[in-house]
Amino acid sequence: MLAEWKIYLESKLKRPVVFVQRDSYRETMDLIQKETLDFAWLCDYPYLALGDEVRLLSVASYKGKPAYQSYLIVPSSDTQSKTITDLEGKVFAYADPHSNTGYVVPRYLLKKANKDTNSFFRRTFFTWSHHKAIQAVASGLAQGAAIDSYVWETLQRVNPALVAKTRVVWKSPEYGFPPIVAHRQVGSKDFAEFQAVLFNMHRDPAGRALLEKLNLDGFVAGSPRMYQNVAEMMRVLGDS
Amino acid sequence: MLFNLSLRYKLPIWGSLLIVVTALVLTASLMAQAWDNLRRDTLKSAEDLGRTMARPLFTALLHDDVWRAYETVSLPFADSKESELAKSLLVLDASGLVYVSSDPETHPILTDLNGLGSDYQELKQRLAVGRDSTPVVLDRSDIPHIFIALPIANDSIRLGTLIVAYDKDLLWQRFAILIERAVWITLLVLAVLLPINWYWGGRMVAPLRLVTRRLSRIGSGDLDNLEPGLYPYRDEIGQLYAAYDQMAVELREKVALKQEVIKTERMAAVGRLTASIAHEINNPLGGMLNAISTLKRYGQPDPQTQKTIALLERGLSQIRETVGALLVEAKVKTRPLTGQDIEDVRVLVAPTANKAKAAVEWQIDLPTSLPLPSTLIRQVLINLTFNAIQAAGTGGKVAIKLGVVSGRFNLCVENDGKLLSDEQRDSLFEPFSRFSEHGHGLGLWICYQIVTQLDGEIRAETRDGLTRFLVSLPLECEIATN
Repeated sequence: MLAEWKIYLESKLKRPVVFVQRDSYRETMDLIQKETLDFAWLCDYPYLALGDEVRLLSVASYKGKPAYQSYLIVPSSDTQSKTITDLEGKVFAYADPHSNTGYVVPRYLLKKANKDTNSFFRRTFFTWSHHKAIQAVASGLAQGAAIDSYVWETLQRVNPALVAKTRVVWKSPEYGFPPIVAHRQVGSKDFAEFQAVLFNMHRDPAGRALLEKLNLDGFVAGSPRMYQNVAEMMRVLGDS
Repeated sequence: MLFNLSLRYKLPIWGSLLIVVTALVLTASLMAQAWDNLRRDTLKSAEDLGRTMARPLFTALLHDDVWRAYETVSLPFADSKESELAKSLLVLDASGLVYVSSDPETHPILTDLNGLGSDYQELKQRLAVGRDSTPVVLDRSDIPHIFIALPIANDSIRLGTLIVAYDKDLLWQRFAILIERAVWITLLVLAVLLPINWYWGGRMVAPLRLVTRRLSRIGSGDLDNLEPGLYPYRDEIGQLYAAYDQMAVELREKVALKQEVIKTERMAAVGRLTASIAHEINNPLGGMLNAISTLKRYGQPDPQTQKTIALLERGLSQIRETVGALLVEAKVKTRPLTGQDIEDVRVLVAPTANKAKAAVEWQIDLPTSLPLPSTLIRQVLINLTFNAIQAAGTGGKVAIKLGVVSGRFNLCVENDGKLLSDEQRDSLFEPFSRFSEHGHGLGLWICYQIVTQLDGEIRAETRDGLTRFLVSLPLECEIATN
């Protein structure tokens, strides 16, 4: 799918495009800081953490708005738990230490409930992706996880059997959808060109097909204000 | 009861028993071997798997990366094959608690082994005893799992333990498949072998049964030889057949000899009786004939009496002839047999032969003179030749062969007329034979008396459509010659 997107972007931008994938946000952030990348699709938390180093380029529109939620999921066999506080002493899977929905949100909830984020769960571990966090809960390895609503819902289309083994017990308020950012060094012409290509993706068939595969409506202009509630959570947690 | 069964059944039954027992023993030993191999292969593959896993797990444990450890131990189950489901991989941390498992629902994170069932308790005790770098294998018949525990260590730093747990049910399931296959193969082999065995048993016993049947019929006088080529091999059965044939031949000879003896004795008795009666008749007969002779010579009988006397004389003479014929006396003085005697007989029978339009062929191969009583031999020759001409009938053929072979005089008279019946042959040489169509039936009786008194043999045989009378006389017999 990324290969198709690459071809699409190359044909639109009339220049070579290279996709670089890393399995943790930390590495992606490192690459930006090292100025190896021009553009990056990040989570809210890395975006906020990077601060001035990046500029908001575009935000994906999902289900009609550029927003998503954090879902608290438990194995479908667990029919009792209603909130994160019901998971005390259990094994909890975090997605990525730089994930908003998979790390910041659950810890913020615990903090709000006056729980010690380090000792509330019997054991926590990182799966380094939302998809794998869902797998961890589905397999019974973890008794709970907080994940990206977009990932959960998209996976529901692709692998409904896996998602059926999990149950969403709680949905967070909406946060700004993970943004596509540009390194501040990127020139305004390149910035505008790329932004235009993304904004117009939904206007041509090839772009629509790609968006369909990505389970997105399109790309819109975002604003840093969309991420204020995330920044607030980071502040409460002392991570900012 | 079983032991009285016919070999026809006993042999195949024993054979079948042997086949079945062999098949069972072979199958059982192969299955034992297969079970052993299966178990060893399972342990080997478990250990190999464990060794392959231990290295990436060390890294995962070093970084305390539960998820990577989980991905590592889940790898063999990615295909989620049915057979793999009964196996699980379990990682224990340094303190012996569950770090991660391929089956997290059964072995949750941070569980103590004691909480996983009695066999895991057993394993924990074993691990506590031998915490060294060698794999620990726990395979006891009373626990439902086979455990292979390997250290997750590098450069003597031990971070945990990897346990490969096999469900024995799985092993049994696989073994059951093997057993099922073996059972089918065994049944197939039996299905082939048992009918072959049944057929073979029948074949082996058939000749025995035949000879048994024949032997049991000997009492009722059935002494035929076995059909030639019935069993052409020279093994024990072939030898048994040969022995049976030999026995049948000997028994037949014995029966024939017995019959011959009976016949000879009967003939001798008849001879003695006939001779004594003839003597008793001869004495008064001689007196009566003398009296008639005297009466004829010296009496003056009237013509009526003369006629009566002549009648009496003729009657008495006939009696004397008959009695004389009965009284065969071989010890009469006579000259040796010469070619002229034979020639005389030829001349003598020629008119009879001509009258009967029978062709008589003579084959004479004799020395000029033979030390045999000529009168008696002529008598025998004439009697046999007349009989033959008569039997041959009109247009028949008669052949007479005379010769000397190895010190015996042989005479053969054959004709192509009606063959002798068994009944006829039995009483052929008896006096007043009821089969005699002409004459008084004493011809063969006389021949018999002469030949036997000369220590010879006379017999009749029918062969190739010919009736043949054979006479054989020893040449060194004691004869009185003048």
